[in-house]
Amino acid sequence: MSKSVLILGATSGMARAIARSFAAEGRTLRLAARDVTRLEPDRDDLVTRFGITVTLHEFDALDLEGHEDFVKGLPELPDIAVCAVGAMGTQEENAASPTIGASVMRANFEGPASIFAHLANAMEARGSGTLVGISSVAGERGRASNYVYGAAKAGFTAFLSGLRNRLAKTGVHVVTVLPGFVATAMTEGLDLPERLTAQPEEVGAAVVKAVRQEKNVIYVRPIWRIVMAVIRAIPEPVFKKTSI
Amino acid sequence: MTRLSGWGRTPVAECSVKTARSDRDVAEALSEGPMIARGNGRSYGDPALSRGLTLSMAGLDRMLSFDTETGTLVAEAGVLLADIIATFLPRGWFPAVTPGTKFVTLGGAIAADVHGKNHHLDGSFRTCVDWVEVMEDAGAPQRIDRHADPERFDTICGGMGLTGVIVRAAIRLRPVESGWIMQETVPAETIDAAVDIFEANLDAPYSVAWIDCIGHPPRLGRSIVMLGRHARAAELPPRRRRAPFDTPRRLPLRVPFDLPGFVLNAANLRLFNALYYEMGRRKAGVSLIDWDRYFYPLDSIADWNRIYGRAGFYQFQCALPLETARAALSQMLHDISGAGTGSFLSVLKRFGQGEGRYSFPFEGYTLALDFPAGDRSQALIERLDRITLDHGGRFYLAKDARLSAETFLAGDPRFAALRDLRRANGWADRFTSLQSERLGL
Repeated sequence: MSKSVLILGATSGMARAIARSFAAEGRTLRLAARDVTRLEPDRDDLVTRFGITVTLHEFDALDLEGHEDFVKGLPELPDIAVCAVGAMGTQEENAASPTIGASVMRANFEGPASIFAHLANAMEARGSGTLVGISSVAGERGRASNYVYGAAKAGFTAFLSGLRNRLAKTGVHVVTVLPGFVATAMTEGLDLPERLTAQPEEVGAAVVKAVRQEKNVIYVRPIWRIVMAVIRAIPEPVFKKTSI
Repeated sequence: MTRLSGWGRTPVAECSVKTARSDRDVAEALSEGPMIARGNGRSYGDPALSRGLTLSMAGLDRMLSFDTETGTLVAEAGVLLADIIATFLPRGWFPAVTPGTKFVTLGGAIAADVHGKNHHLDGSFRTCVDWVEVMEDAGAPQRIDRHADPERFDTICGGMGLTGVIVRAAIRLRPVESGWIMQETVPAETIDAAVDIFEANLDAPYSVAWIDCIGHPPRLGRSIVMLGRHARAAELPPRRRRAPFDTPRRLPLRVPFDLPGFVLNAANLRLFNALYYEMGRRKAGVSLIDWDRYFYPLDSIADWNRIYGRAGFYQFQCALPLETARAALSQMLHDISGAGTGSFLSVLKRFGQGEGRYSFPFEGYTLALDFPAGDRSQALIERLDRITLDHGGRFYLAKDARLSAETFLAGDPRFAALRDLRRANGWADRFTSLQSERLGL
């Protein structure tokens, strides 16, 4: 049977594109999200286009207690697991309400880290597997415009980095994806610079390639590597006065 | 706000744009006020631009089911014909009707009721549509079956999105044995000779002619007529027979920037046209050509619309009745060659019987031309409008960017009925494009 790919948070635009890219390789797909009914047309699309096997699984990233059973309940331990779970919220809400801010942190860090911890242990025991974490350039440096989201992503990035280090000799590989701006429902209405904004399909292609080539950390558009190097290099006394 | 235009790059409008990814998104857009759905932006003028909301259907791009017995595909409106071909040609299926670019959405193809090189035999796009699902308010989509509700079905096909938002459709694909077309190239010295060739080949599954618009009498309208049919697997050379759907992948060329206006001047156009005719004449006879080069020659040049420069270009396309077509065509070609502005691409096609209450084609001929936007072209195109009306012709909304309401309705009084229907059903308040406003629909 073909290698299987689990996609967590499969309703997002980015996750859909990643699913299509793996489907084009003929993989079996396990799509997981909180609201499974929303995944039905996506499943039909993948089956119709690519003639592959696709199953749907209910998954709530915030229900940490349920994560172990979720992994056990899958048809098999997947060969590849992609976590595209996340929520941005608006910085105004996140800053004004610490409760909302906390839930954004849980959705972007705690939940993804927890499910990856379970999957990592199982993959380590098996001695093979690839974990792909969709993190964010927002985690590279906290900015006034979205530091709550950014802080959670920074946590996830550090978690992935540590996991990769721990599993390096076990046959399990960890890929960190820093997509930069992507034209999806999450960013609709924002005025994003065209050269820095990837289409979801580019993310899909980049993820599949990164898995194949066992990359560690990827930016989807290479220009982001330069942009973030510059942003990281700005001295704090200057940085704190900017608005980027 | 986003700067948007049609494929002709004029007019350009600042539009408020949202992307629909689910029925819920469409319902939400409908509850917010007047809007128009936009597919892949391949209509030439302003039918997919709106002063209200312009709703991109790009996010509704899922194929939902395929019946391998009947070749029926159910898909969301934003799916591109290019994706349908990529998915189903390797399994032996091809769109039953296709326009000259594969980069149109399913919803757009239905809304404009596009036609292809097989209209004389197979009709327009609507003939392969079993049903459409349409949203006209914030409620659930309604399924409109071509047989169960032909009247409502008629308002959708050719209705330019002005009678509801198409969210899904079922279309029938045609079985083919290969990805190759058996093409017969026939040169014609004059426009009359080209019409004779069309009339003598009404049983050819596909036919289209390219016309040299620069020539003067007696060579007025010398043409290359291209007939075609899907090649059978057994007709392919042995090395192709093993993989009959494998066709060469063409490297996409790009037009990297807007060409300055002088590139398409009269002298260059004359040269291009002479070369094209000469190449066609030498190729005369039967040859095997892959589906992409036969149906979509221009798709291989991404952004080819930039060759007309920043000002953009106007497409002119009319349908002419059989009885008056020859007279109208010679008069048009006479005026075009006299004006000297030339048309880079001039395409002539025989139409079969028209169907549908608001569909463009009817039996006769259709001529499509393009001209750089500007005053000189404007005067010429208005003369062509006049000739069209004098000969009982009508105009194609998918190409139009500049007709007046008066001229359009004079050619197509059926749309006065659609206007009334839109008012009676409240569609006029919900669906508006810059085109519908300009034409008073």
